[in-house]
Amino acid sequence: MSGISTKSAPTRSLPSVDLAAVAPFAALAVLVALGALVNGNFLSVENLTNVLTRSAFIAIIGVGATFVIAAGGIDLSVGSMAAFVASVMILFMNGGFGDGGLGTVATAMLLALGVGALCGLANGLTTTLGRIEPFIVTLGTMGIFRALTIYLAAGGSIAMKSQDLRALYRPVYFGNVGGVPVPILVIVAIAGLGAFILYKTAFGRHVVAVGSNEDVARYSGIRVNRVKTITYLIQGLCVAVAVLVYVPRLGAATATTGLLWELQAITAVVIGGTALRGGVGRVWGTICGAMILEIIGNIMVLSSFISEYLIGAVQGAIIIIAMLVQRSLMNRARG
Amino acid sequence: MKRALTGMTALALIWSAGLARAEDRKLTVAVSIPAADHGWTGGVVYQAERAKTLLEAQHPGLKIIVKTSTDGASQANALEDLTTQGIDALVTLPQNSDELTDPIRQVKAKGVFVTVVDRALSDPTIQDLYVAGNNPDVGRVAGEYMKSKLQSGNVVVIRGLPIVIDEERQKGFDTAVAGSGLKVLEKQFGNWSRDDAFKVMQDYLAKYPKIDAVWCQDDDMAVGVLEAIKQASRKDIQFVIGGAGMKEMIKRVADGDTMIPVDVLYPPGMIATAMELTVIGLYDQLPVRGRYVLDATLVTKANAKTFYFPDSPF
Repeated sequence: MSGISTKSAPTRSLPSVDLAAVAPFAALAVLVALGALVNGNFLSVENLTNVLTRSAFIAIIGVGATFVIAAGGIDLSVGSMAAFVASVMILFMNGGFGDGGLGTVATAMLLALGVGALCGLANGLTTTLGRIEPFIVTLGTMGIFRALTIYLAAGGSIAMKSQDLRALYRPVYFGNVGGVPVPILVIVAIAGLGAFILYKTAFGRHVVAVGSNEDVARYSGIRVNRVKTITYLIQGLCVAVAVLVYVPRLGAATATTGLLWELQAITAVVIGGTALRGGVGRVWGTICGAMILEIIGNIMVLSSFISEYLIGAVQGAIIIIAMLVQRSLMNRARG
Repeated sequence: MKRALTGMTALALIWSAGLARAEDRKLTVAVSIPAADHGWTGGVVYQAERAKTLLEAQHPGLKIIVKTSTDGASQANALEDLTTQGIDALVTLPQNSDELTDPIRQVKAKGVFVTVVDRALSDPTIQDLYVAGNNPDVGRVAGEYMKSKLQSGNVVVIRGLPIVIDEERQKGFDTAVAGSGLKVLEKQFGNWSRDDAFKVMQDYLAKYPKIDAVWCQDDDMAVGVLEAIKQASRKDIQFVIGGAGMKEMIKRVADGDTMIPVDVLYPPGMIATAMELTVIGLYDQLPVRGRYVLDATLVTKANAKTFYFPDSPF
């Protein structure tokens, strides 16, 4: 049944697919060249690994956002959710449960994944069962998660108390395997898994079908609400994975943790070529988008000719230009 | 000894006078402050709640309403709501000067005693009492310490957000280091956030091979800066100066951490100072009207213990 929608979608847009998928990488290449021109240190291994590692949070959350947006939804709560999940995780580790070593960290990680999944599930069920626009639902939960974080922190910060645990957990952000930082490996693993689910499974095809036309999908026998709810669940899990990488960096959650991450994640998804109206999802494009965002910030600091007051304007302009470059590439492909 | 005794007698007198009158004087003080959106404002909320408990215990007739607001517009609404409840005094830390000057003027027109904290109003004639930290000095004290320690060298700066407070601190710092051997390599905004400060510091470290000191204006940001330096295993940075007086940083100073040798005070407790003064004025009719500008005290290993509040969230 579902074959109808999934079969027709790729054939219709096949000619443009390749270039559209390549476009964000072309924009990334242009930015890297720009960075190299601006400052010789840009291409140093240290700087590049720093920047790619830093993009991990948005890239990982972006994978989840790709699912939500491809299915025609939106999740504004991811930044607050990240702060909330991080708070719960750190409070658990401070609570002195487990053996105070590897066991505690592992349990805390599982707990974080569970809390993230529940938060995502709550978003999904409220949207589908409550039949409320996801924009409103997740705007609401954004406020709820943020307030809960501030409440748990009593307005301050929640820091990991045990220095032993911190030392044990630190390599998850700062460590590397064969020279490749762990967070980059996590990006690749999550994106690989995301791409597999989105492109190779029936569920992935359903997500795209629901995003392109909900009614058609419903008539094709797709359980639309179930598919949508699961996309929010995936988003919640991705947020939790991002938190697993975030917490070991500074070992603390504060009221500013995850601030504006939702906008960055959505921007990364759109730069990556996923349509904001749904129906198309590009996981690797999203990863590329997250890296583009981080590299723009990096170039701003490495360049010496932009006033610190104007950085926001230049960043905005670069994002728009990158999108224009992509669009012109896609148009040329259509000829 | 004699002076101490007189002081204690005076205190006791004030205390008993307060108690004696407390029974028949029912007064309401409203406290309107920003919501805890980062460490420092978190400290403000904590200190306001703490002062509320202490003051209400001292004066049984006193009712203190603490109300937090997330932005200027909602604080203006909160001020209206508080005034309709009937209040005798208002202690407020305005989200920003321009938006809230008129709403506070309207409160004042109802005959309410107005205490303004930290951020000055556009029209200073409205306030009866003004309590604030010294922003230009936060920068100046940090700059002068740096000058005395280094004489010459490369300094990088991480600023907060582009608002008046940040400008004042930056000017104070610039004035202090002007004409010295210190060279400010670069200034960037870190949005008073640990994560953003971490990023900016990583980029500084990639860009500049030799940095002698970092001024990051706020202790929250210092956390991110220290982590970035630790990761890069760079030995050229001699020290980092933050500001405000976050407990973790005060502790590092007290412990003699060479990376955080000093801190510059900009205490969130100023809200409590303002509340105490307001209540003293109401109950004891002591003269309190005026301007109280607290010092940007340099916290060193010698005096750090005085400024350490282990229970505070900040």
